[in-house]
Amino acid sequence: MTRYLRTAAGIAVVIVLLFPLYWMVNASLQPAGSLLKPSPDWLPLDGTLDGYRSALSTQGGHLLASLAVAAGTVVVSLLIAMPAAYALAQLRFRGVQAFVFALLIVQMVPGPVMANSLYTLFSEFSLIDSYLGLVLADSTATIPFAVLVLRAFMLSIPRELSEAARVDGAGYWRVFSSIIVPVSRNAMVTAGLFSFLFAWADFLFAVTLTTGRAIEPITVGIYRFIGNQSADWNAVLATAVLASIPAAVLLVIAQRYVVAGVTGGALKD
Amino acid sequence: MRLGASRWAAWAFLAPALAYLVLFFGYPLVNNVSMSLREYSVRSFYTGEAPFTGLDNYAAVLGDPLFGTAVLNTAVFTVASIFFQFTIGLALAVFFSGRFPLSGLLRSLLLLPWLLPLVVSGAVWRWMLDQDHGVINAALRAVGLADGPTPWLTDPGWALPAVIIVNIWIGIPFNLVILHGGLRAIPSTLYEAAELDGAGAWQRFRHVTWPLLRPVTAVVLMLGLVYTIKVFDVIMVVTGGGPANATQTLTTWAYQLSFDGDFAFGQGAAVGNLLVLVATVFGLLYLRSARAQLREEQR
Repeated sequence: MTRYLRTAAGIAVVIVLLFPLYWMVNASLQPAGSLLKPSPDWLPLDGTLDGYRSALSTQGGHLLASLAVAAGTVVVSLLIAMPAAYALAQLRFRGVQAFVFALLIVQMVPGPVMANSLYTLFSEFSLIDSYLGLVLADSTATIPFAVLVLRAFMLSIPRELSEAARVDGAGYWRVFSSIIVPVSRNAMVTAGLFSFLFAWADFLFAVTLTTGRAIEPITVGIYRFIGNQSADWNAVLATAVLASIPAAVLLVIAQRYVVAGVTGGALKD
Repeated sequence: MRLGASRWAAWAFLAPALAYLVLFFGYPLVNNVSMSLREYSVRSFYTGEAPFTGLDNYAAVLGDPLFGTAVLNTAVFTVASIFFQFTIGLALAVFFSGRFPLSGLLRSLLLLPWLLPLVVSGAVWRWMLDQDHGVINAALRAVGLADGPTPWLTDPGWALPAVIIVNIWIGIPFNLVILHGGLRAIPSTLYEAAELDGAGAWQRFRHVTWPLLRPVTAVVLMLGLVYTIKVFDVIMVVTGGGPANATQTLTTWAYQLSFDGDFAFGQGAAVGNLLVLVATVFGLLYLRSARAQLREEQR
């Protein structure tokens, strides 16, 4: 009996903490006019998809821009992080500790410092307002994280496995590509998902390294949308719902990877 | 012989990451120090000239009345956020570590606020905190906790508490997940033994859970500190640092100096470097706790 009481209490906690998400969906479905009534409608009874139509027509391009940047970040991050993680987890050499410390330290550098400097660097190389620029900037956050997550996983691959292959005459690259990479598939999914989510959600680099003329990721789209004097809140919140889709999909489809990622990045307790 | 070969292979595999770190972290960090010592303005981008001015930017920043405000706001924002994120996260972790139907499902649903883009959370809360049409004021009125609408985002006295509340909400899931992982690592036999000795629920928490959770607690608090000090998106979207700089922190101020208005990149860099300094201090504390574990792995 008490078990069910706990379930009830747990559901109550979830309802309270997830209420803002309900409210986002609720408001996104209401006609613009009824959002300005003195007391709010608790259910979208006369719901409309107007907000979504308006969101897609004004913000659709921004969603695509974010998709491109996020996909690019995943590719760049994994290409650079996988070999590094392999070296740090499986090969013996001095400097492993120093390198891992460096990865932990750089994760602590405040974003505006990076944005400030990358802005001057990028303006020199014409990378402002470019997909490549945003991908490279977002990778500053995802690569250190991806290396740590992948390394934490690869530490659990027995070294005997790759050493046996070495004895049989396989080169390091061969060991990496035909043993380590296939075995690490789940960890790659975790690192890739988090890289995607980070780049998708990035606001700081998106707002500093673009001028809004050529490329504008969805986070900046929402920001400017709100800043707009006549903020159409149902359309703003419809955009917010659309921008939440990757996170929601991730949670439903890949939740065990999520927990692995949260703890892996924190350098397992 | 083998060892020598392996070392070369290791560096070859590390090379791309190393090059990336040097180019995209090493260079910016050095560049930021250099910028902070120069008068770097919009014009510098065209002329390429940024005259060396020594510590002028630091003097300007430290002498700015906004400096004190930003430091105080950063401190209040960080301490209050961490305290409530942690205590609520811990309470939920303890609650969800019991076995009951749907426990796992409910717990993973609670992750959602943490996975959402911060801009999305900020936008939602901004709408909920709206003075005239926000659901928070409507709810407070409905249950009789307030007679008039609270000007959450337009009154300098309310704005900081408002962004702190939003940030606490965002941070609870992270604390919950990591602490929950820590709780599960505590052997259940210890609880059984404590129970046999007649320890009540509070005593079991006080004498078993809390001491054994110490290492995880340290990690959570340090990471929380390092991340909270540099929070940017939430404040920008909810209040933009206003009203009247009531929610201006070192991070938003650094951004505004560089990009929003004056384009005083040198001063922005100076504030940024102060932030790096603070983050490094806490970062080193964190690393000290991580170090022991790293050694363990290396054996």
